[in-house]
Amino acid sequence: MPLLKAYIKHISYHLPDKIFSNDDFFSIFPDSKKNLDTFKKIGIKKRHIVADGELASDLAVKSAQKLFNKYSIDSNLIDFVLFCAQEFDYYTPTTACVIHERLKLPKNCGALDFNLGCSGYPYGLSIAKGLIEGVGVKNVLLLTASTLTRKVHPKDRSLRFLFGDAACATLISSRENDGIHNFVFGTDGAGAEKIIIKDGGARNNIESSSHDEIIDDFGNITSRAHMDMNGVSVFSFSVKTAPALVNELLVKNDKQLEDIDLFIFHQANLFIIEAIRKKINIPEHKVFNYIELVGNTVSSSIPIALYEAIKSGRAKKGDTILLAGFGVGLSWSGTIITL
Amino acid sequence: MISVNEFTEKLEAEFEDLQKGTLTPDTDYRTINGWSSMHALIVIAFVDSNFDILLTGIDLKSTITINDLYNLIQQKK
Repeated sequence: MPLLKAYIKHISYHLPDKIFSNDDFFSIFPDSKKNLDTFKKIGIKKRHIVADGELASDLAVKSAQKLFNKYSIDSNLIDFVLFCAQEFDYYTPTTACVIHERLKLPKNCGALDFNLGCSGYPYGLSIAKGLIEGVGVKNVLLLTASTLTRKVHPKDRSLRFLFGDAACATLISSRENDGIHNFVFGTDGAGAEKIIIKDGGARNNIESSSHDEIIDDFGNITSRAHMDMNGVSVFSFSVKTAPALVNELLVKNDKQLEDIDLFIFHQANLFIIEAIRKKINIPEHKVFNYIELVGNTVSSSIPIALYEAIKSGRAKKGDTILLAGFGVGLSWSGTIITL
Repeated sequence: MISVNEFTEKLEAEFEDLQKGTLTPDTDYRTINGWSSMHALIVIAFVDSNFDILLTGIDLKSTITINDLYNLIQQKK
């Protein structure tokens, strides 16, 4: 019997109900209206926002239920669930265990959390590939979820424009033909503070000063208890790292740029993706983006774009697709898949 | 290397909100109306795609005028 290889079988995603449109944004920040053309470069028109008390795990469960229903998947066949998020139900136990119960997954199923943002999806695929091809797991349910808007300061105009909440469920199964190829991973912990929520974790408790307003060079307001992103540094990091990541992926997978049918980058904002595209000379028609209606959904941004690429016909069975994620950590990862 | 006036014109063209002739080499570029982090990204992307130099936040902080930017690029080339 040939050794089976991992591949992405199905994807589904869930968006919370509440919408924060550009009209809503400009009514809160009316003086930004004079820069409408500049905001257009970001490519976002609306985002979905979690309700109070609606957790990342809640979104993830809904996305998994959608996946099971849409594709008539027997949940008893899932033998590993991975939960990639930055918000977990409890300090302990593992949220994937709680999700396991909510989805009524079988007892002979592994469950694991991992905390990553924008590089989370390729990382998740690598873990799934290892489980399937190295250890004999058959069906991995990879859940990515973000509720980051909860941690964005109400007066942080930059981040309120960018981020949206979502969860995505991917079923990774096994077949004869290789569906997930070689990976590249990278980390620069020196950049940890470039995207950070400083207080409220184990290192720094929430104190009275945690909510003191911090104003950056551009007038964006945050606090130690909220998401703090150095947009300029992250842009420079992305434009430097993503092209190198793509080149390394091509070498590792013995491919040329022309062999790739579609490129899907982490959907940070269209301006960054366009800068990366130009740097590597990828033809426009080979880059697929889906950000206008959902914003930057962190670890769900790549699988949501992949789902929409398939749905729209831009990606089809047999296509070779390069996935590249980069962001908080600072962390980056990528792979090449064959649908 | 293009002249500082040409550099200024090309940079100005990146900002669709700006009327032609708004920027001069002596303009403190942070006074561009509504200066935001997005504007800073536009400057960095412009320099990167035209001169293959990736400026950092610290590079931008070391400059005030468009002339300063131009001189910095010349130094880095």
